[in-house]
Amino acid sequence: MTSDLTSFAALAPAYPELLLAVGAVVLLLAGVLFSRERSTGLALISIVLLIAVIAVALWQPAEGTLFNGGFIVDGFARYMKLLVLGGSAVTLILSTSAAKPFGLDKFEYSILVLLATLGMMVMVSANDLMSLYVSLELQSLALYVVAALKRDDSRATEAGLKYFVLGALASGLLLYGASLVYGFTGLTQLDQIVGAIAGEHRSIGLIFGMVFLLAGIAFKISAVPFHMWTPDVYEGAPTPVTAFFSTAPKVAAMALIIRVVTVSFGPITHDWQQIVVFLSIASMVLAAFAAIGQNNLKRLLAYSSIGHVGFALVGLSAGTAVGVEGVAIYLAIYITMNIGFFAVLLSLRTADGAYVETIPQLAGLAQKRPFVAAIMAVVMFSFIGLPPLAGFFAKWQVFLAAIDAHLFALAIIGVLASAVSAFYYLRIVKVMYFDEATTEFEAAPAELTAVMAVTGFLLVTYFVTVGAPLYNAAHAAAGSLF
Amino acid sequence: MTLALFFFYVFSIIAVASALMVIASRNPVHSVLFLILVFVNAAGLFMLAGAEFLALILIVVYVGAVAVLFLFVTMMLDVDFASLRQGMLQYAPVGVVVGVILLLELLLVGGSFVMAPQVSGASAVPIDHAVDNTRALGQVIYTRYVFLFQGAGAVLLVAMVGAIVLTLQHKANVKRQNIAHQTQRTRAEATELVKVKSGQGV
Repeated sequence: MTSDLTSFAALAPAYPELLLAVGAVVLLLAGVLFSRERSTGLALISIVLLIAVIAVALWQPAEGTLFNGGFIVDGFARYMKLLVLGGSAVTLILSTSAAKPFGLDKFEYSILVLLATLGMMVMVSANDLMSLYVSLELQSLALYVVAALKRDDSRATEAGLKYFVLGALASGLLLYGASLVYGFTGLTQLDQIVGAIAGEHRSIGLIFGMVFLLAGIAFKISAVPFHMWTPDVYEGAPTPVTAFFSTAPKVAAMALIIRVVTVSFGPITHDWQQIVVFLSIASMVLAAFAAIGQNNLKRLLAYSSIGHVGFALVGLSAGTAVGVEGVAIYLAIYITMNIGFFAVLLSLRTADGAYVETIPQLAGLAQKRPFVAAIMAVVMFSFIGLPPLAGFFAKWQVFLAAIDAHLFALAIIGVLASAVSAFYYLRIVKVMYFDEATTEFEAAPAELTAVMAVTGFLLVTYFVTVGAPLYNAAHAAAGSLF
Repeated sequence: MTLALFFFYVFSIIAVASALMVIASRNPVHSVLFLILVFVNAAGLFMLAGAEFLALILIVVYVGAVAVLFLFVTMMLDVDFASLRQGMLQYAPVGVVVGVILLLELLLVGGSFVMAPQVSGASAVPIDHAVDNTRALGQVIYTRYVFLFQGAGAVLLVAMVGAIVLTLQHKANVKRQNIAHQTQRTRAEATELVKVKSGQGV
């Protein structure tokens, strides 16, 4: 039995995770010892820690597998890790000003976010059914607690409980699938399972295992028909927590499903393609129609995120490198848009200290706060996918991949669903610009204004600024899987 | 009859009998004590089967922690078990039918279960019958599976942090014992001499 723990240098590919794990534990100790009341300082240190981890991940070129194949670092993992880390860091920045009013001013909040991020990074790098499960549980468990952190609020505790019960069910499905896959191949390592499939005729038991595995992960990315928890949890959880839920964990779970289907089940693409196509169509269509009647902004965003998962899955269902590349670009743009949306939501605070929750409260925002309204409008148009905003290029990439793979029906349904979803996005723009103003808002904190400005800039100038580097990065990431 | 067979029958008879007593005894505390007896005998059976690690874990975790917790809960909650047990005879036939079906299913599965021949050979850590299983586990858990071991540790840490943050209450005006303060108290600040007139009280 060999061990990778012979020298510290041998662990080079896992440096980011090690730094994050050690940092989180040290901060936990510091929090318990010193700052029961002063949680803001710890939140700031957590943000610095995440940025340090990003720096390590960027400048650490080592790739390869570790821990007897259980942990893999390749181009795809590094790309997704940077998205996850960026999403977590920005959501922590968003929560600094809103922590107190939302009851998140406990030092455990940032610690749990850090530990969830650690789980997500391992998920992205998981190359074994066992490490996949352990990392998924690490992430989910931290998220359940974060959802219910405002424990005096009945909606937040309900959200946490609902998330926990349904998440446990999903974990059960996933474990059942993993056990079937192991039972019918005798293997747990993702890149070895593929050998068992190619070597002999695929067995029906393996297909069953794969279906359950995909169902379990579909829960985590909230694809229809496994989406039921999303609107309730997003609405019930405190807004900064919802911002966190809708960004980094989505990316990590998406990376997981991509790695499982392309690496382990590559030879039986036709089998999983049907499932992914179904998930994709169902998510896009349901989200397009279900969001129309929503008045609560967080609920609306929940349906919107279900829809966006559907669009991202369009790229995956192509089953090609171009498709995965499309998904990678889609996820980067998706989390940027979501961050913009939540920065707007968290910067709109009325004089009595309440945050905006419903669409009618946005009435006449353009007169009161033209900058915030403009950012919201940009985010909405980008959600719809209007050129030249970033959202257009995201959808363009995935639909292109689908058409390349001759999935014409899927692409057409996707475009139609996108057109239907334009209704509820445009409704927000209409309310902001053409309705009579009713509420007064307080000035936004500086960091939220900065986040809004940056996301707005990136979304508007995507094609001329970040478009090409992002495309190259996504291209390299997808290339490492095929 | 070999010694192993003799102990097998001793352990299994006591296990089944005390399992019966768990549901039959009137006093819930006795039920929990019988449950502990079931665990101990099951551990003995594991030991006979050569699974000594499982046997000791069963004692440490189930008897040492879970059963004691059960005992605390049954003693503190004061549930009226007598009323819960009402109508037990009424439901017994249904229970028996379900139990028999379950037993038949288990027999069917157990009778027809075959491991696919390629599975045991392909598994990551094939079973080596020469080493006992505590040693076998020790050989892989901190080397091959150190990553999963640490990952599981992180999951438990999150669970602990979560349990504390969701339940711990910081009460503002709780009086705590301050020993230094107590020992520094002088007689002057602790006692007061009051002159009481007879027949009037304080």
